[in-house]
Amino acid sequence: MEPSQDLALRQKQEVATKEERTVPGRYYAPVTDIYETDNGLMIVMEMPGVTKERVTVDLQGDVLRIEGQIDFSQYKDMEPVYTEYNIGHFVRTFSLPGKIDREKIAAQLEDGVLTLTLLKVLEAQPRRISIS
Amino acid sequence: MALFPGPFDPLLRLQEALDAFRTSSWLDTGPSAAGSYPLCNVFRNGDDYVIITEVPGVKKADLGVQVKGRTVRLSGTKAVDYAEKTSVHRRERLAGQFDRAITLPFEINPEGVKAECRDGILALFLPRAEADKPRSIAVT
Repeated sequence: MEPSQDLALRQKQEVATKEERTVPGRYYAPVTDIYETDNGLMIVMEMPGVTKERVTVDLQGDVLRIEGQIDFSQYKDMEPVYTEYNIGHFVRTFSLPGKIDREKIAAQLEDGVLTLTLLKVLEAQPRRISIS
Repeated sequence: MALFPGPFDPLLRLQEALDAFRTSSWLDTGPSAAGSYPLCNVFRNGDDYVIITEVPGVKKADLGVQVKGRTVRLSGTKAVDYAEKTSVHRRERLAGQFDRAITLPFEINPEGVKAECRDGILALFLPRAEADKPRSIAVT
């Protein structure tokens, strides 16, 4: 994408869940891009303030659940005087298609952006058949 | 008393405190361009102030911070790049340039300003200028 235009503003989306939580605190849905390459699916999520140790990626059946916890202890002793956004943990779930290899899910976190690499099972990858 | 006191209490308090200052007129003294990217929170830590913004996916090299007088200028470029030959299923991340100036209601000591960017969070530590700090007067 051309980075020449001005960056538009987007407010954080709070997560609306079917079940209610038993612990207080707000959760936000991380902004996510999903794109497909020849051999896999990439999920890119923005989770500012989440460190590597605080990301959990769970796969239960077909449901991939990604949660990022904020370490809010660094806000201790800080008194807000002016605010434009709120802070909360991040959570989002995705249901995976059957063509994803469950064993080969890799995750990488850089500059607050989590990238998940999901490889397709071999049968679903494109092949070129050579003509003999 | 909470039945399950624990790690969520401070978070809830922080979230409530952040909401309470959402309508603060603290920055009304200057053209602060409220509500443009990136969103800023300002905290007070003793005599000093901290501006915290969320800039996920912005590289340190693409960030610019300038301080002059009472004004802090934040600029940069955010790029969202993908390899060729991909088909996009969902696109929510935005790319582009940003440039925002924030005028604070106090003098900054420009020598002492520190900027840290980690995990997509940019924190600007702004020490209040010595001349601007309140002095306690001894009552005789």
